[in-house]
Amino acid sequence: MAQALMNDLDPGAILLEVEAATDQEVIRLLAERLHSLGYVKSSFAEAVLARESQLPTGLPLGGDNNVAVPHTDPEHVLKPGLAFATLSRPVTFGNMEDPDEKLPVRLVFLMALNDKDKQIEMLQEIAGTIQSSETIEALIKAKSVDDVSRLLG
Amino acid sequence: MTKPKTVLFACGTGIATSTVVAHAVEEALKKRGISITTRQCKTTEVASYLADVDLVISTAQLPKDLGKPAITTLAFLTGIGKDDVLDKIEAILKS
Repeated sequence: MAQALMNDLDPGAILLEVEAATDQEVIRLLAERLHSLGYVKSSFAEAVLARESQLPTGLPLGGDNNVAVPHTDPEHVLKPGLAFATLSRPVTFGNMEDPDEKLPVRLVFLMALNDKDKQIEMLQEIAGTIQSSETIEALIKAKSVDDVSRLLG
Repeated sequence: MTKPKTVLFACGTGIATSTVVAHAVEEALKKRGISITTRQCKTTEVASYLADVDLVISTAQLPKDLGKPAITTLAFLTGIGKDDVLDKIEAILKS
């Protein structure tokens, strides 16, 4: 699958080796970036947090390096965009399939979605990316936006 | 030619992961010679969309006892166990 995620990913919204204690903390950091870059309304962060607590977005990949794809309803979004964080220590997200199950997450893709075609593309690219354990490993080790860009470009 | 079966795809928002899964399942089933009609909704709305639905496929937890076959799976997002889930879907649609 084509890994053209960099087309959607704003270099200003990439945060590497984030030290965060909770899923809320990571979501707030990424949402703040998307807001200051003009992708989302000021209501976005709270809307994503509310959704995450009801309907978590952790995706289990069968190990300790799982991925979360927080997002919310289109009314909080100005234009489609993507923010990305790697976590220096795993942060707990609920499993999308079973909210009572908690997953250790190392990679977070925060999606600003308001265009149906665009979001299929973005999510398909994320799905394609996370299906490669080598890419996951390499993303966790990424030290710079250039590293990320090479892996997702 | 039998009438295509209708599959309802559900997720938390009814627009994000369900769109990707609907697309992936439709394509994969086409390769197996099965065409389906797809619908989408939020998991909280599933009950009101069930009328002519043959199967529900969701990425998030569904209400219990829908009275229709239902599969909750992330296989089309993570790639893990995709072929097994497709076999299960095919079996339900052919029954």
